[in-house]
Amino acid sequence: MSVKMKINNVSKIFGPKPKSAIPLVEQGKSKDDILAETGNTVGVYDANLEIEEGELFVIMGLSGSGKSTLIRCLNLLNKPTKGAIEVDGEDVVKFKGEKLKQYRQKKIAMVFQHFGLFSHRTVLGNVEYGLEIRGVPTEERRKVARENLESVGLKGWEDKYPDELSGGMQQRVGLARALANDPDILLMDEPFSALDPLIRREMQLELLDLQERLQKTIIFITHDINEAFKIGDRVAVMKDGKVVQTGTPESILEEPANDYISEFIKDIDRSKIIQAENVMMKPNAVVSLKDGLNVAVREMEANGLSSVFVTDRSRKLQGIVTIDDAIKGIKEKKSLEDVMVKQIETVSREAYLEEIIPKAVDTKYPIAVVNEEQRLEGIILRVHVLSSLIAENG
Amino acid sequence: MQDFPNISIPLGDGADFIVSFLQNNLEPFFDFIAWLTSSTITAFDDFLNFLPWWLILILVFLIGLYFQNWKSGLLFSTFIFLVGSFGFWEELMITVAIVITAVVICIMIGIPVGIFMALNKPFSVFMRPILDAMQTMPSFIYLIPAIFFFSLGNVPAVFATIIYAVPPVIRLTELAIRNVDKEVVESAESFGSSRKQILFKVQLPQAIPTIMAGINQTTMMALAMVVIASMVGAGGLGEQVLIAINRLDIALGFEAGISIVFLAIIIDRVTAGIGDRFQRDKGDH
Ligand SMILES: Nc1ncnc2c1ncn2[C@@H]1O[C@H](COP(=O)(O)OP(=O)(O)OP(=O)(O)O)[C@@H](O)[C@H]1O
Ligand SMILES: [Mg+2]
Repeated sequence: MSVKMKINNVSKIFGPKPKSAIPLVEQGKSKDDILAETGNTVGVYDANLEIEEGELFVIMGLSGSGKSTLIRCLNLLNKPTKGAIEVDGEDVVKFKGEKLKQYRQKKIAMVFQHFGLFSHRTVLGNVEYGLEIRGVPTEERRKVARENLESVGLKGWEDKYPDELSGGMQQRVGLARALANDPDILLMDEPFSALDPLIRREMQLELLDLQERLQKTIIFITHDINEAFKIGDRVAVMKDGKVVQTGTPESILEEPANDYISEFIKDIDRSKIIQAENVMMKPNAVVSLKDGLNVAVREMEANGLSSVFVTDRSRKLQGIVTIDDAIKGIKEKKSLEDVMVKQIETVSREAYLEEIIPKAVDTKYPIAVVNEEQRLEGIILRVHVLSSLIAENG
Repeated sequence: MQDFPNISIPLGDGADFIVSFLQNNLEPFFDFIAWLTSSTITAFDDFLNFLPWWLILILVFLIGLYFQNWKSGLLFSTFIFLVGSFGFWEELMITVAIVITAVVICIMIGIPVGIFMALNKPFSVFMRPILDAMQTMPSFIYLIPAIFFFSLGNVPAVFATIIYAVPPVIRLTELAIRNVDKEVVESAESFGSSRKQILFKVQLPQAIPTIMAGINQTTMMALAMVVIASMVGAGGLGEQVLIAINRLDIALGFEAGISIVFLAIIIDRVTAGIGDRFQRDKGDH
């Protein structure tokens, strides 16, 4: 993976004399003091981030923490007061005129919180806008626009006007409009905040699907920590214009950099963030069908287990056998296949705890983590499910 | 009691000086404007008079039908028929021709000025008191310079009408463009639109319903002014009112007055209808 965008010491200060406020921030004065003293508002101060190609990077923080200010610097809707933003090795802050237009037309597109749709244009007219201003011929741009509308599930809505659509559908139009330009980087400023929770969850999943298909670099803003941790490959937390921590959701959960973040993640619903792969163990003891019961008993004794998973020759999961059944089976001269339990609970690596919990309650055996080919990838013990729900901190 | 000291600041003389200066030095320019305006009015008037009266009634009905419903269409053509029956057919056509000419010029001046004010803050700050003054001055003040520049007739009437009636379309154009949702303009910007593309593809289309409201107001004011402008020799319905006043002829005054009211109703409904149409075209049906 390579770095797509590098944000170096970016500050954005609003007001009559932005530059004059920089030394004051350096002295460690607070936002309020600086506003009172100079009339300047610190939007973002000294942000440093590296965003990898193809990653879904989330910026999270409370209202007023500078998220929008920062993301708007990235496509120069805000011109940074200080600092550099390197995209593919070029500092875009220096871009002007034609170069800036090219950058916005080809490399980067934005999805807005309140959709920012053109109410005087049809859905299709909205989606083709980016191509239209680039001078792409009508036929061609309509075709691209139709394809993009289809990919967000809006086939058949081309000739409607935005105000005839529900909020969720309008934001799909916003997304299709941004994607029609085929940008490398997609900026999303609280795109789902205006939607109700059910639609929101649906859109999050669709975004993840889309990301899997298109492999864009996405910078996503939210003030909802559950959303951030659910969709983010990495998350940056902002406070008062500063980036206070950057890391994967798990690493932030494990080691919050300061009290502010601990406070933030306190009300997080861990069952919606922790996935099977975060709690599973490596399957160190597995027996094959052809090994037979004696080997199974030996394996269990050697590892101090009360049950062991059984796979076939190609390591596909077949079932589980307990030590009691195995010993009984040996006495009765039965085969491994006869005594093993075939009805077992399986989940995928990506399954969230919230769907694992009911399974853990229903079964008395460990839960198997399998891939699409039913190969065993890990084991989740029932106690681990419960213990992972309890935060290690605070 | 103290009398006000005998100080005089010759502001009025200044205005007089400017007007005479312009008149003396820019005569060919004013002549050209006069010629252009009067030919436009004549063209409209000739065209309207070229149409047979019944065709105009039918057209008025159709306009009402298109912008409102058949009842309005019927009402409008009844109004026009009544005005004709008072014996004011030709006067009506002249008035309509002057109003249309004035409004077309108002739109051609007002929309670009309004756009420029919306995009340029200092210009807007500069223009605002001028627009205020233009609207608060008693309307017949404009007749004085109009006479100086264009002597008597329809042309000074159009000139005075434009000055009096142009502010609403300027103001509402500025307001409309300023009020276009910020996020919508930014989204256009974020796609790399040029300033011109943002203006023509986003701001203006979004602003049209409000601009139409401005045109509606401008048209109504133009009609009011055209009546007053008969004092400088504009023909049409206003002239009949003036004659009625001079002769204290109540019957004539009433008929001419009611004719103006009829025309005002039709113009108001139609221009408002155009605005609604724009709004409807962009959605909910
Ligand atoms: N155009 C502007 N002029 C002056 N101050 C601004 C401007 N835009 C933002 N600010 C200030 O910058 C700070 C950060 O605002 P910003 O909009 O980036 O916050 P945010 O994290 O996006 O909040 P929200 O979740 O409410 O959208 C705030 O104090 C805000 O008042
Ligand atoms: Mg914001």
